[in-house]
Amino acid sequence: MRRRGLLSSLPAITLAAFLAPVVAGLIGTWLPAFGFFPTLGGESLTLAPWRELFAQPGLAESLRLTLISGLLATLLAFLLTVFFLAACHGGRLILAVRGLMAPLIAVPHAAVALGLAFLLAPSGWLVRLVSPWATGWDLPPDVATVQDPNALALTLALVVKEVPFLLLMTLAALEQVRAEERLAVARSLGYGPLVAWLKAVLPAVYRQIRLPLYAVLAFSLSVVDMALILAPLTPPPLAVQVLRWFNDPDLSMRFVAAAGACLQLLIVVGAIALWRLGETAVALAGRAWIAGGQRGGDGRIARAVSAGLVQGLVILAAAGLAAVALWSVTGRWRFPDALPADVSLDTWARHAPEAAAITATTLVTGLVAAGIALMLVVGCLENEQRRGLTLSNRALWLLYAPLLVPQVAFLFGTQVLAIQAGIDATWIALVWSHLLFVLPYVFLTLADPYRALDERYARTALCLGAKPNRVFWQVKLPMLLRPMLFALAVGFAVSVAQYLPTLFAGGGRFVTLTTEAVGLAAGGDRRVMGVYAFLQALLPLLAFAAALALPRPLVLTRRLEAIPA
Amino acid sequence: MSVISLNQERGLILSQVEITHPTSRGEKHIIGPVSLTVPPGEVVTVMGPSGCGKSSLLAYICGTLAPGLSGGGRVLLNSAEVTAAPPEARHIGILFQDDLLFPHLSVAGNLAFGLPPDLRGRRARRERIEAALAEADMLAFYDRDPTTLSGGQRARIALLRTLLSEPRALLLDEPFAKLDVALRHRFRSFVFDHARAQGLPTLLVTHDPQDAADAGGPRLQIDAEGRILGGRAAGRGHRPGNLP
Repeated sequence: MRRRGLLSSLPAITLAAFLAPVVAGLIGTWLPAFGFFPTLGGESLTLAPWRELFAQPGLAESLRLTLISGLLATLLAFLLTVFFLAACHGGRLILAVRGLMAPLIAVPHAAVALGLAFLLAPSGWLVRLVSPWATGWDLPPDVATVQDPNALALTLALVVKEVPFLLLMTLAALEQVRAEERLAVARSLGYGPLVAWLKAVLPAVYRQIRLPLYAVLAFSLSVVDMALILAPLTPPPLAVQVLRWFNDPDLSMRFVAAAGACLQLLIVVGAIALWRLGETAVALAGRAWIAGGQRGGDGRIARAVSAGLVQGLVILAAAGLAAVALWSVTGRWRFPDALPADVSLDTWARHAPEAAAITATTLVTGLVAAGIALMLVVGCLENEQRRGLTLSNRALWLLYAPLLVPQVAFLFGTQVLAIQAGIDATWIALVWSHLLFVLPYVFLTLADPYRALDERYARTALCLGAKPNRVFWQVKLPMLLRPMLFALAVGFAVSVAQYLPTLFAGGGRFVTLTTEAVGLAAGGDRRVMGVYAFLQALLPLLAFAAALALPRPLVLTRRLEAIPA
Repeated sequence: MSVISLNQERGLILSQVEITHPTSRGEKHIIGPVSLTVPPGEVVTVMGPSGCGKSSLLAYICGTLAPGLSGGGRVLLNSAEVTAAPPEARHIGILFQDDLLFPHLSVAGNLAFGLPPDLRGRRARRERIEAALAEADMLAFYDRDPTTLSGGQRARIALLRTLLSEPRALLLDEPFAKLDVALRHRFRSFVFDHARAQGLPTLLVTHDPQDAADAGGPRLQIDAEGRILGGRAAGRGHRPGNLP
């Protein structure tokens, strides 16, 4: 009976574990934004921080960069996802791309951003490949191709990173809305493949991907680590500027920073509201378009264009990672040469001790956070099944809360809370802060396969006399081993990628591969950056490879035995 | 008192079992009330179209009713009330349309899962499983992966797994529906012979009249709304009618 009590209180514990810090963090950020922060002498509520915020030079430019990169990246990623899936539905390319999505999602944002920087910079690999024979350049051209004044490099990097996520979420949604049947009906009524998808499938699928899309929008508007590498820095986008204010040696700037963090939240809320408005307008126009009955053509152009673009993004990401790996073993690489003059392991050897320690921190934090998240999520799902509860739509919004609220908008308040609780800059604070973002992803990854397991297996086992806990360990766990390990790998990858939480909760005591790689980006030694960005990308990829490879021996050995002699 | 006579009977007894689906707009009736007695070694058939709540009835009897549904009425097994017992303590075995063999365990592993833990010792357990397999002419399948078996073989293993768990009653949820015609007849006799030999009260739900004919026991007809249309006594003239 005691066990059942523990299990049934797990959802509450889980919700508290990741919602309480967000709520407390928001309060702890909003109060200083209105001047209330007793530690720094702010005892009364005032609008002074906001006045000071709006008087900051460059705020308008920061906002412009934030809005361009955030809105444009989300819109492009969404359109590309939709047109690619619509135009290439049922094609072999989708299968091929689908297999590449998990590794692309696994690679941390900072590693992708560094890879793109190594490719696109005026002295980057792309220019080197075509110089001097095609361009005549013996020196890097004097154009800002990264950290460009309109943050287009950042926008491109966001698109590279978000398209795989949106593709995977939409592919999962397609199965739920029975897209094949809808398409078959529309095609038999004479609709072309692209228009059939847009008219018969998209309206149903959009409902399913709305929340992930909002999460992408919120993330793109408030990303810090990618912006530090690819966006202009004087002034930077708002989220980066807020982080600078928080780190300002002048402690009174904390008030301005808090107000800026709140402004960041308002921007995200406003952008989501704007997007919602856009949805309504598009739906209205779309309904008229659907009623018009246009059948559309064979969609050949859309197929070629969208397939080319998606392949381009995949190649770009892969080439970026190749550039990262290459730089980490580069000895000398003079400018217009297409390849390094010599390769050596010197950089690796010089940084081995430090890199090993940082890798260990990253590994332990990620494994512990992902492990705790998996236990909580499995407990919640098991409790849900034993008690026949289903997650309501509102609860799903709660789950997305840490993904919709910009990190910079509440992590300061959470840090204040951690200081008061005496756990600031400890392992507990670090793992907990990662858990906020690991938990939702682990839940989203595991919920569907867990619920899809035929419940009659458990019923049969119960009727054979097995107690519920034995049914869990001996029937459900082995049957769900693969999705569980996959969810663990997803959680680990999310943890490895965390930049701001590590910075805030770690209090400078904990350095992970991500904070180190982003920190080095300001310095400019591509060889060292290469080492850390390579390790940062490698760790999650290894986790995914292990998750896919581990359960296989278990299954394979028996399959082999089973072949009749 | 009729309650006393009720409690003295052996076999599986349902008394006023009724299942409803509570919704915000009141209760939706699923099936029942059903009262019947299944004596040891006899097969009682509940006939009804699909969707009439037969499976929910069986789920209620073995204690795995979906938490969204609510059930009332009593279930007695060999004079003991099991209505409130957890499914693992009821000793009521169930076979579904699908064999539901655990794909991560071998044939022997599946059978061992069913075998009660009080039979101790690796050797003793192995011998018991081998005996069961040998008796079904399937000894060669001991180490096989269940996914490499044919549908008929898998169905037989599923029955053996249930029988090895030493049930005191057997519920059959259309277990023959997915087998082809020739196989269906053989597997039916395989199940009924075993159930009779072990003296198990057996409750079969089906919409196939041939299942009921082969079972040879009393029948209870249910309409699409889950209401009892009346029974036709067969076999030894047992009365499946209403108990108090």
